[in-house]
Amino acid sequence: MSTKITVRGAHKVFSTKKGDVDVLDGVDLDVMEGEFLVIVGPSGCGKSTLLNCMAGFELVTSGSIRIDGAEVREPSRKRVFVFQEAGIFPWFSVWDNIGFGLGNLPFEEKHEIVMRYIRLVGLEGFEKAFPSELSGGMKQRVEFARALAVEPDVLYLDEPFGALDALTRLGMRSEIIRIWRETKKTCILVTHDVEEAVELADRIAVMTKRPATVHSVLQNDLPRPRDPDHPGFRALKDKIFGILGVER
Amino acid sequence: MKLRTLLFGAIGFALFLGFWHWQTYGNAIGDLPGPWLTARGLGEIAVQGILWENIVASVFRVAWGFSLAAGIGIPLGLALGWYPSLRAVFNPLVQALRPISPIAWLPFAVILFGGYPMSSDLSAIFLLFMSAFFPIVTASTSAAASLDPRYIRSASNFGVGGIAFFRRVMLPATLPQILTGLRLALGIAWVVVVAAEMLGVESGLGYQVMDSRNALRMDYVAAAMVVIALIGLLLDMGMARIEAAALARRGMSRR
Ligand SMILES: Nc1ncnc2c1ncn2[C@@H]1O[C@H](COP(=O)(O)OP(=O)(O)OP(=O)(O)O)[C@@H](O)[C@H]1O
Ligand SMILES: [Mg+2]
Repeated sequence: MSTKITVRGAHKVFSTKKGDVDVLDGVDLDVMEGEFLVIVGPSGCGKSTLLNCMAGFELVTSGSIRIDGAEVREPSRKRVFVFQEAGIFPWFSVWDNIGFGLGNLPFEEKHEIVMRYIRLVGLEGFEKAFPSELSGGMKQRVEFARALAVEPDVLYLDEPFGALDALTRLGMRSEIIRIWRETKKTCILVTHDVEEAVELADRIAVMTKRPATVHSVLQNDLPRPRDPDHPGFRALKDKIFGILGVER
Repeated sequence: MKLRTLLFGAIGFALFLGFWHWQTYGNAIGDLPGPWLTARGLGEIAVQGILWENIVASVFRVAWGFSLAAGIGIPLGLALGWYPSLRAVFNPLVQALRPISPIAWLPFAVILFGGYPMSSDLSAIFLLFMSAFFPIVTASTSAAASLDPRYIRSASNFGVGGIAFFRRVMLPATLPQILTGLRLALGIAWVVVVAAEMLGVESGLGYQVMDSRNALRMDYVAAAMVVIALIGLLLDMGMARIEAAALARRGMSRR
C-alpha cells in the first residue's frame, strides 16, 4: 500500500478577538491508500480542524499536508467531505442531491450514475423523495451517495453518525464498512466514540488535548465483522482509553 | 376545527359591529357613520363605478412600486449578504434610511418627478418603492448572510460555483426568508399607498377617502376603508399562497 496523504508538522492557529488559539501543534500523520483510518481524541482537541485542513476548507498555519505529493490548497471533488449532520440540500430531491456534483452531464449518463449510487446505499424507490420525508439514517445515506457519485479518492467523515439514534448508528457502521469495501476509497473518519473507532478502523490515530498532536497510531488487525466482546477488541479499547487518560 | 376558527373570528366581528352600531346610533351622514350607513354607502360607490377605477389605480401603483423594489432589492440584498465588505460599506446606510417614513419622501418625489407626464403616479410609485424596498433588502441581506456554512462548503467541495451556485444553492436556501420579506413589504406598501394618495393625486383609494371627506360623505369614507381592508386581506392571502406553493414545490413546506 502506498501513502495517500502525508501530514507533516501541521500547525493551525485561529486568530480570534480574545487572541490566538493554538489548535494543531505539529501534527504528523500518514494515511495509506485505500485504508480506513479513524481519528479519536478528546472533545474540542481539533479533530474537525485537522479534517478541514486535509479537505482544503482551511489552510494550515505552518507545516504541510500533501495528497499524492501535491499540497492541499483548496477543496476538490477528488476528496469529499461528509458532514456531521446531513448537509444535503432540503430543496432538492434525493435524485437531485446525489447528482449535485455531477455537473452538466447528459441526462442519461447522470441518471445511470445516480441510480447506481442509490442502489449502493439502498435507497431504491426514494429517488423523488425530499429530505424532509426521510429518516436521519436515510439522509445520511443520501449524503454518502452524493459524496461517492463524483468518484473521489478520499472520503472525510466528521462524526457522520453523531446525529443518529443509537440503533441506526449501529446499522450505519456496518453499512459504511460495506460501502468502503465495495468502493475501496481511502476513508478518514473522526469520532469521539472509542468503540466506533475500534469497530471501523484499520488504524486508529489518537490525538492529545488541544493544542493537539498525534499521540500514537494503533494498528487494528481484528477480523471483520468485529465482535465488541472479543478480547482483542476490549484490549484495544482499553489501550485507547488509557492513552486518552480515562480511568475504567 | 376549521369551523371553530371561523366561528371564533365571527364572534370578534359581531362584537365590533355591535359596539360600532351602539356608539354611532342615530348619527347623520356628516358624522361618524354606523355599520348600516357604511354598508349603504358601499353599495352606492360600488355602482358609481368610480370605486373600481380607484381600486385599479391603487393596485397599479402598488404593483409597480413593489415589483421595482423586489427587482432591485432582492439582488442588492443578496449581494450585501454575500460580500462582507459590501455589507460593511452599505448596510449602515440602508439601516439609517430604513426608519424614514416613506411619506416623508413626498416633497422630494414631487421635485424629482414634477416635470414628467403622469408625475403624480410616478411620485406615488416612488413612495411605494421606498416603502417596500427596505424590508426586501433587509430580508435578503440577512438570508444570504446566514447561509448555512455547510451548504457553502458542500458546493465548493463539489466544484459548484458562480451562476450554478447562485441558482442551485443561494436562491433556494434564501427563498423562504425572501418570501417572508416580500409578504411583509407588500403589506407595508398597501398601507402606504392610501396615505400617499391622500396628497397630490386625483385617483386611488386614498384619494377616494379624501374626496369623500371633502364632500362631507363620511359614509363613503368608511365604505372606502372597508374596501381597503378587504383588498389588503386578499393581497396578503395571495402572497401566503404563493409562499406556501413555492416552498412545497421544493419540499420545504413549513413545519
Ligand atoms: N474558525 C474558528 N475560529 C476560532 N476558533 C476555532 C475555529 N474553529 C475551531 N476553533 C477552535 O478550535 C478548537 C478545536 O475545534 P474542533 O472543532 O476542531 O475540535 P473537535 O476535536 O472537532 O471537537 P468536537 O469533538 O467537539 O467535534 C476549539 O477550541 C474551537 O473553539
Ligand atoms: Mg468536531
